[in-house]
Amino acid sequence: MAELHVELVAADRQVWSGKASLVVARTSSGDIGVMPGHQPLLGVLQSGPVTIRTTGESGDGTVVAAVHGGFISFADNKLSLLAEVAELSDEIDVQRAERALERAKSDADAAAERRADVRLRAVTGVH
Amino acid sequence: MGATLRVYKRRIRSVTATKKITKAMEMIAASRVVKAQRQVAASTPYASELTRAVTAVATGSNTQHALTTEAESPVRAALLLITSDRGLAGGYSSNVIKAAEQLTERLKAEGKEVDAYIVGRKGVSYYSFRERKVVESWTGFTDSPTYADAKTIAAPLIEAVQKDTAEGGVDELHIVFTEFVSMMTQTALDDRLLPLSLDKAAAESAESSKGEILPLFDFEPSAEDVLDALLPRYVESRIYNALLQAAASKHAATRRAMKSATDNAEELIKSLSRLANAARQAEITQEISEIVGGSAALADATAGSD
Repeated sequence: MAELHVELVAADRQVWSGKASLVVARTSSGDIGVMPGHQPLLGVLQSGPVTIRTTGESGDGTVVAAVHGGFISFADNKLSLLAEVAELSDEIDVQRAERALERAKSDADAAAERRADVRLRAVTGVH
Repeated sequence: MGATLRVYKRRIRSVTATKKITKAMEMIAASRVVKAQRQVAASTPYASELTRAVTAVATGSNTQHALTTEAESPVRAALLLITSDRGLAGGYSSNVIKAAEQLTERLKAEGKEVDAYIVGRKGVSYYSFRERKVVESWTGFTDSPTYADAKTIAAPLIEAVQKDTAEGGVDELHIVFTEFVSMMTQTALDDRLLPLSLDKAAAESAESSKGEILPLFDFEPSAEDVLDALLPRYVESRIYNALLQAAASKHAATRRAMKSATDNAEELIKSLSRLANAARQAEITQEISEIVGGSAALADATAGSD
């Protein structure tokens, strides 16, 4: 099965890298799915969960990450997801995110609310 | 104990105490260099991917953007100088400040005004002592900068670049920092961030991707929007990288300065103990000759009375 190489990098570290058969991310004009052999692409990401269907040496499975802004770029079967902040779903502290969401709602802090919401959605897998 | 011997002993004690302090500072700096180097390495994937993307947009589209086009007659340039908060690092701060001075001279010779933006207490005090105007300055995080720090620095700079020159905006953005070459070598260096010099960015990305030709990209939503979003991030990541390199260089410079201070203290202790030994020996010799002299005088006296 065809596969593509994925690099998910945050500003200060590499978050995940491996082989995948499908990557779904949210750009400013809607969700976009990238499969092997896609046309070279460069897009602006919105904060939201990114779903990576892993395959090959990375094992079959799904990796979900919360990405807060950034870029998606695909060329030569290599996909890079660049984000200032990116967290894998299993790195996210659910309770903390819930608390942050509550606090953001009471403070009416839209940006913080969105961040916490994206984190929670990445964990629960509800897109 | 004689007076001179006591003075030497006291000086040896004080130099030993100083040596202990400088040795400790050397060790701390050495461990911090490693940490800072690791941070530089961790930030590299993001920076190189971002450079690749910027090159792709800039070369793969005919988009004109305020941040990539050179002004016909630039009148004002912003200069971001990265120094440290603390001293005890040999010539680290003065070298980078000197590099900034040279760049300022050069820009002024080209007929541009220079707006100074400064990171680090050393640079701030240099400018305030000479009563020069500083547009904005930041202190307190130079030892271990975070990405959020880079963002706070980048924000006013990007704003200034986007503003019209007539309203106080700038046409160019230069950065002066200390590049971490190796543990022993750190060089102060200036670099033009904006407008983007594409040849250089292309060369950088060619280096990282070994001369591959960039494909034609499909832009989502459009080339202009992507570039709009990309360039500020590019500036931030370049500033972040410069901050990290400056921090690593500062620690390496501290380590070297403290190592030579420790070596000097050792040297001083050695020569002082030689002097102290000589003084002690002189004292002993004097005592012996006094005793011998005294007993000889006694013997002469008893022989004379007989």
